[in-house]
Amino acid sequence: MELSAFELLSALFILVLAAFVGFEVVSKVPTMLHTPLMSGANAVHGVIVVGAMLVAATADSPVAVVLAFLGVILGTINVVGGFVVTDRMLEMFKKRPGRD
Amino acid sequence: MNTLDILTFLVWLVAGVTFILALKFLASPSTARRGNLLGAAGMVLVVAWTFFVRDGQFGAGANWWLIVVAGVIGAVAGWLGAKRVAMTAMPQMVAIFNGAGGGAAALVAVVEFMRDSELHPGELLPLAFVIATLLGAIIGAVSLTGSVVAFGKLQGLIAARPVKYPGSQLVTAALFLAVVAIGIYLAAVSPSVPLFLLFVVLSLILGVQLVMPIGGADMPVVVSLLNSYTGIAVAATGIVLSNYALLIAGTLVGASGAILTQLMTRAMNRSLFNVLFAGFGTGGGTVAAGAEGEEQLREITVEDAAVLMAYGKRVIIVPGYGMAVAQAQGPVRELMDLLIARGVDVQFAIHPVAGRMPGHMNVLLAEANVPYDRLKEMDEINDDFADTDVALIIGANDVVNPAAREEGSPISGMPILNVDQAHNIIVLKRGRGAGFAGIPNPLFSNEKTTMLFGDAKPSVAALVTGVKQA
Repeated sequence: MELSAFELLSALFILVLAAFVGFEVVSKVPTMLHTPLMSGANAVHGVIVVGAMLVAATADSPVAVVLAFLGVILGTINVVGGFVVTDRMLEMFKKRPGRD
Repeated sequence: MNTLDILTFLVWLVAGVTFILALKFLASPSTARRGNLLGAAGMVLVVAWTFFVRDGQFGAGANWWLIVVAGVIGAVAGWLGAKRVAMTAMPQMVAIFNGAGGGAAALVAVVEFMRDSELHPGELLPLAFVIATLLGAIIGAVSLTGSVVAFGKLQGLIAARPVKYPGSQLVTAALFLAVVAIGIYLAAVSPSVPLFLLFVVLSLILGVQLVMPIGGADMPVVVSLLNSYTGIAVAATGIVLSNYALLIAGTLVGASGAILTQLMTRAMNRSLFNVLFAGFGTGGGTVAAGAEGEEQLREITVEDAAVLMAYGKRVIIVPGYGMAVAQAQGPVRELMDLLIARGVDVQFAIHPVAGRMPGHMNVLLAEANVPYDRLKEMDEINDDFADTDVALIIGANDVVNPAAREEGSPISGMPILNVDQAHNIIVLKRGRGAGFAGIPNPLFSNEKTTMLFGDAKPSVAALVTGVKQA
């Protein structure tokens, strides 16, 4: 896996700019949304499943196959569980028939 | 670079934008659900694209069945876990999902490292590659085992109290140094696979070692921090694989998770350092003080408590974890309805860290259809306790502990709800023990305080009956 200097520098730019966006986006959040936000962010890093899929696709040794297989399982749990549980939390906020 | 390669980059860009918007929308109540769905849509896009397009060609590749089987297993497990979990156990569930992500990042790092050291036997790997791989492995592994310990503590499988043994901090420091030393060796001397596996195993132990000494009451902060860690591990993996979707998503979560963690520690008026290393609630005086306080507790009958509330002008309900474990939110809502029907002003005082996670109480009460506008945040309601007839505390403890106002307590300086200013304080409590943080609570021996012992659900149900008859 050779990374060219250009690729590394591009990655560095993305890293720094994305970090600023991450800081900025959540700076003013009401307390009641902390848990759903954490849970939603948790689902977003489930994108690691893409990485697991990439290594699974090219895995050739039995060990690599097993590890990549586990990686895809864990990554999918992270994604699916993360988004579904966040939706469940938010569903409850929404359900609010007529105030008294 | 062919057209499909270019499209791959554009897919990453679109996914990255949906993730940013997802987090942005999640930060506001009116758009939160849309944000989550948008994030999920971006995820579906990038996962599907990755499955069908590889190295500039259409085609799922030789191992496609492997990915499908693993994906189905993971999707079913994640779906069932998320759908079946009781809302009270959500914090644990988030911890487990986070641990899964960390584990996946560590596994990807292992597979990549093994492959590359086989491809280039006897050679040093490019430094940037090694550093990113090692970061992905160590942070992912720490996040995995740390999350599992956090899960165990929240679920009650592991002692919630800070678990420390003599020299445990030295062991942690030694582990950390060993991991760093091995990392330097792998990068600068020889990319040995067995040594790399040792590196991963030590990182796994490090995760346990870091979280065990932290008390259960601080687990929300820990889960948030580990969530941020997993983000960083994913970003590192993104560099290893030159995949910008991973890089953007991981960095976003790493950064926003860090801010969120900071917001949480600030709500408790503590520093992150204090949370991680102070070992909340280890004070040796706890037992003695608790035993002393016990004799002075005064109990109240359900009838008396019901009458106090039914004929009061204003009642403030302070929910805590006890309400969550007992699943008492339904009866609590019923109690609120009855009191309101009698003309009593009923409000809920929500401490920022009540329950096991910020917002935990809001979610539970919303589930029971308690209207939003009756839920007041601490700053909003703290001045109202002084002209409140009854403060009804349902399974909350540390967040109403006046010891926080004085020096020398482990929770000193944490802002608390001023329930002790209410005319009457009724505490529903399961047992006579100290709270989750293991700190005695002088509120319970306050002369205005009366106790109603028992599980919160039957207790509140009894109060409902009592108010009906009052």
